[in-house]
Amino acid sequence: MAPLVLTSFTAASCIGRGSTQTLASLRERRSGLRPCDFETVDLRTYVGIVDGVDAAALPAEWSRYDCRNNRLAELALREDGFDAAVLRAAGRYGRHRVGVFVGTSTSGILQTELAYRRRDPATGALPEEFDYGATQNSFSVVDFVRRRLRLEGPAAAVSAACASSAKVFAMGRRMIEAGLIDAALVGGVDSLCLTTLYGFHSLQLLAPGPCRPFDVTRDGLSIGEAAAFALIERAPENLDRDAVLFLGAGESSDAHHMSAPHPEGRGARSAMQYALDDARLEAAAIDYINLHGTGTPSNDRAESRAVAAVFGAAVPCSSTKGATGHTLGAAGGLEAVIGALCLRDGLLPGGAQTRNLDPELGLNYITGNLRARARRMLSNSFGFGGANCSLIFGLAG
Amino acid sequence: MSLSAFVDGIGVLGPGLADWPEAAGCLRGRSPYVPAATVLPPPSILPAAERRRTGRVVQLALAVAVEATGRAGIEPGDAASVFSSSGGDGRNCHEICAALAAPDREVSPTRFTNSVHNASSGYWSIAAGATAPSNVLCAFDASFSAGLLEAMVQASLGSRPVLLVAYDGDYPEPLRAKRPIPDTFGVALVLSANRGARSIARIEANIAAEPADTLADPRLEALRAAVPAARALPLLRALAARVPGRVSLDYLDDTRLIVNLAPCV
Repeated sequence: MAPLVLTSFTAASCIGRGSTQTLASLRERRSGLRPCDFETVDLRTYVGIVDGVDAAALPAEWSRYDCRNNRLAELALREDGFDAAVLRAAGRYGRHRVGVFVGTSTSGILQTELAYRRRDPATGALPEEFDYGATQNSFSVVDFVRRRLRLEGPAAAVSAACASSAKVFAMGRRMIEAGLIDAALVGGVDSLCLTTLYGFHSLQLLAPGPCRPFDVTRDGLSIGEAAAFALIERAPENLDRDAVLFLGAGESSDAHHMSAPHPEGRGARSAMQYALDDARLEAAAIDYINLHGTGTPSNDRAESRAVAAVFGAAVPCSSTKGATGHTLGAAGGLEAVIGALCLRDGLLPGGAQTRNLDPELGLNYITGNLRARARRMLSNSFGFGGANCSLIFGLAG
Repeated sequence: MSLSAFVDGIGVLGPGLADWPEAAGCLRGRSPYVPAATVLPPPSILPAAERRRTGRVVQLALAVAVEATGRAGIEPGDAASVFSSSGGDGRNCHEICAALAAPDREVSPTRFTNSVHNASSGYWSIAAGATAPSNVLCAFDASFSAGLLEAMVQASLGSRPVLLVAYDGDYPEPLRAKRPIPDTFGVALVLSANRGARSIARIEANIAAEPADTLADPRLEALRAAVPAARALPLLRALAARVPGRVSLDYLDDTRLIVNLAPCV
């Protein structure tokens, strides 16, 4: 593929709102996970909550979109001058030439969960003010962002579980290559809700403490929330050395099981290989891998086998989910932004929470930060339904 | 910009429409359209263990995907896929929200697994052995055109056929009052970059601002208006007519997907 440039990017997660806070947390190896005190949830687990979501009111004009997921989106749009960068792109290309593709797995379902507690006792009806389309529907966050920034190009929510907001990079790029648009606002937004907390609990996949990816005693995942956005467009001739490029994407399907990965990581392996092929790079050109690394025994095992098959055991890798939690549909976008920040900073982030590496996994999993000039990184995102996506980012210089 | 692709296979299932030939007959006015509750065939393509876990929406998506790939004469697993649905499985969503509003908050693990918007894509990949990429979209009422656009982009950039599956399920109360989708409707198209022996028509798409086409038969028009996936009906009517045509399909806000169509004769 012809490389695209990330003209602007930002993220809000439990380790920080905006680039400065996020990078500071990564440098200090700070985890944002804490014992679950979300809403009325009564589960022994840790969560990654973004500070200030409740207070992040939407502009009055867009009040019908008000829900936790869109508040989280709004919070991130205001960081790092991201909204202004999108408006400049719209000015440059025209509003109809900027697409919006955002990944989410649960969108504003929390709004529906709360509405179901307030059903009319006589008729069973939901409260009058509940607005399905503007809050629960998967497209809600895309619709909100598109209207908020007055964009008129093609748009869609991508909802392929935990691969959603990695896949939007590939989709945005295709739309640019096909000539439909000149720039794409891509990213992911997923916020805490009861469906995922009680759902992963029902599958016995929640860790009672903070998740410990690749640890020999890892016992499940911690759920987090995040919004992450990037503006991607064709790379001009002369770029700053520290400009971050989107170099390649690889997507595949496991065709194996709805909620368990293929034991040898078959689909994960093809996704990584396709990303390398797409970027026209050899495996040795990758300096760091941001793993999917959820912290469940089987996910980490399958991923380690897939990574070893493609890259061998030497390349430094880690999961940042010990710091951020698993932000589900926002994970691909969040980890793309974390990767971009780390490439610029010359930081290979050590995985937080992990103490005793599982020797069976056999990768060069780093638990302490390393300082190195890494030119290219690969980020993995895998989801329920066997959806896999790997992305490659690199520095221009 | 202009995008093009060949339509090589079609699958349809909806209220009173058992398959593509029946839908084509109604859309051409050769046979009367008689609305009746959608009859879903069991998803025999799935292994028994998975079959038991599927809900109506997954059964709908698999049925139209099987029909379209069969008519296109391709191995089901060979195509990349684009699944697009406005709301996924509304019944499953209702059950989970009702469980979460009850005191013990017991969510069924199967219901939770099936709650992902890409459930149909996941079951299809298992059923067909399809390891190719699968994108899974939602664009509310614009979901059909958003899916068609992405499928045409993939077909024109890629080297393999692309299976588009657009489908919507009915919502039970109390959600139905907020999202009045009355029944299930699904459509699948197999698209290719190059003309093949089974190609039905060449389609070319672009985005414009103009009114969307409607259908003369009030019952078919009611279906088109009520179910987002059925916004495909004007395109299906043009494909059934087998004459050159131009259709305008609902897309985002005031924009429409304009599809120019030339039959392969």
